[in-house]
Amino acid sequence: MWKWLHPYAKTERAYQLCITLQPWFWAGACICLVVGTVWGLAFAPQDYQQGDSFRIIYIHVPSAILSMGTYVAMAVAALVGMVWQWRTAYMTMIAMAPIGAVMTFVALFTGAAWGKPMWGAWWVWDARLTSELILLFLYVGVIALYGAFEDKQQAGKAAGVMALVGVVNIPIIHYSVEWWNTLHQGATISKFDNPSIAPEMLWPLLINLLGFALFIGAVTTIRLRNEIVLRELHRPWVQALAQQRLEKEA
Amino acid sequence: MLEACEITCIKRDRTLFEGISLSVDAGDLLYLRGPNGAGKTSLLRILTGLSAPDSGTVRFNSVDIAVNASAYLSNLVYLGHKSGTNGSLSAIDNLKFWLAQHSANADDDALYETLARIGLVGLEDVPVRYLSAGQQRRVALSRLWLKKASVWVLDEPFTALDTKGVALLEQFMKHHVENGGVVITTSHQALSEEAGRYRVFDLEYRF
Amino acid sequence: MSLYQGIFVRDMHIAFKQKAELVQPIMFLLMVVTLFPLGVSPSPDTLQRIGPGVLWIAAILSSLMAMERMFRDDFQDGTMEQYVLSGMSLAGISAVKVCAHWLVSFVPMLVLSPLLAMFLNLTFDMYVALIITLLLGTPLLSFIGAIAVGLTVGLQKGGVLLALLLIPVFIPLLIFATSAVDSAALQLPYYPQIAIIAAMLLLSAAIAPFAIAYSLKVSQN
Repeated sequence: MWKWLHPYAKTERAYQLCITLQPWFWAGACICLVVGTVWGLAFAPQDYQQGDSFRIIYIHVPSAILSMGTYVAMAVAALVGMVWQWRTAYMTMIAMAPIGAVMTFVALFTGAAWGKPMWGAWWVWDARLTSELILLFLYVGVIALYGAFEDKQQAGKAAGVMALVGVVNIPIIHYSVEWWNTLHQGATISKFDNPSIAPEMLWPLLINLLGFALFIGAVTTIRLRNEIVLRELHRPWVQALAQQRLEKEA
Repeated sequence: MLEACEITCIKRDRTLFEGISLSVDAGDLLYLRGPNGAGKTSLLRILTGLSAPDSGTVRFNSVDIAVNASAYLSNLVYLGHKSGTNGSLSAIDNLKFWLAQHSANADDDALYETLARIGLVGLEDVPVRYLSAGQQRRVALSRLWLKKASVWVLDEPFTALDTKGVALLEQFMKHHVENGGVVITTSHQALSEEAGRYRVFDLEYRF
Repeated sequence: MSLYQGIFVRDMHIAFKQKAELVQPIMFLLMVVTLFPLGVSPSPDTLQRIGPGVLWIAAILSSLMAMERMFRDDFQDGTMEQYVLSGMSLAGISAVKVCAHWLVSFVPMLVLSPLLAMFLNLTFDMYVALIITLLLGTPLLSFIGAIAVGLTVGLQKGGVLLALLLIPVFIPLLIFATSAVDSAALQLPYYPQIAIIAAMLLLSAAIAPFAIAYSLKVSQN
């Protein structure tokens, strides 16, 4: 596998890979998101307790799951960068960070909006919402640390260390917050605990989850391309690329 | 003795230098020259192993220092822009601590004698912070006298030194080289005749 | 005297020559705690209820202030470069420096804690629990914090950034430590929380020195 992956440590090859992957990501994301969202919002049955307001899970749950997933992916990229000294790994990591942060924000926002009809308040210190908020802080930390360095190679390494520290902490944070929550709120029923979900509700959810994942992939490839071009502006291959583009436009 | 092969250094996404090779043997004084921003300090730091090159290797007696640096480090003195002395400790305390960390033995007499030779009589017990810039530089330079190392890597060693100090250091560099040592140095002023015979290595500024 | 011992002695020596830097975070802690009775309520019941949280939050905030100087001087004056070139293990050096730093910045906090406990009307049981959580929790702050300090030491404007990086990471410790003291207030056993904090401390003591060494190398580059 390494023989196959290793060429992508070179920025030029990684750039080409992004170009190849991007349309597939976009096509998959569009199809999945349209199918999943329309199915979920219009055709899936109503929840017997929550009525139509439960339908926000088709946005909330995928974004919440993928906000964590993106962070883990960042940590994996950081580890790859650290072990094999790939510059592109750090670039991928930092390309994903703002997307993950936005996903976290979407999860928080939809969670809060869902909480309004359910709890009568925009913000409740529910365990999962709190974990999600702390996750947002972790994202902010990584992005801020990356921004603080002028040498972006160094910045990538530093942000990578922080991403790894964060990923070790995510499970600890998650369980500690959950435990803290039960301690302080007693036995409130968490609306997120769905012991069983009807298959006709679950399918659109899964499709949307895949759609979100592909969407993140698509945006990551765009951001990674940008990052590569910005960082390698002085390299001949980037200049040749720019030249080509200019000629095409002329 | 010390050999750098195909060294590349990228800083802030700018290639400072690419594919540089150089080698120094016993009795060489290498004078590294180049405009500001050409990467002299970066090259020196790579040669000492303080920072890793983006590609290429540095070898000491044919051993890659990225793999095993222990033999190299015990034969190396590096003096950078930063003096490596703590301002609130005295010159003697700073040097004793440094010598212990570098497993170099020197008794108190040798310490005082060296400080006297380098022109710091009576200032041994004053916190380094209260010394002038040139005197602080002298404290840092006294390591060259105290640690028996064959390779000296000196980054702008003449900064803040007066003419007497410059002459003293140049003579000592010459002495070291004549006794089979190696000196790699950068400097904005050209080396004078006191320093003896030397080789020049030019680094160009790249865009 | 072993080499690492030498570093420890030197760090202590330097710390006691810079007394102002030692005292300031402690005064900060004292003042933050003073703000709560003024800002929330001076009633003994309220203070007892919020006391553990207030103390731990104040401890975390003042530790952030104290933490900055852990590697700063050595980094700026070039001592760190000479450490790297001394051939000693950078992880070992980091561990020693973290211990020295903990002794000079957190032990005064422990000494001050009876006074703070009195200010916040903690019972004796709560105070015992507080001391145990501080004893186990503050080294954890030092070890984890040192990683971020190592990363930000080369930056000009590291202060607020350090807090941004570390506060979310310290949240589990805050939760377990305050709940241990709360349990003590209710005469409940609190050893599970203590055990968890101890486990986190051991884990961080084992791994953090290597992470700190790596961060320092990144900053050095």
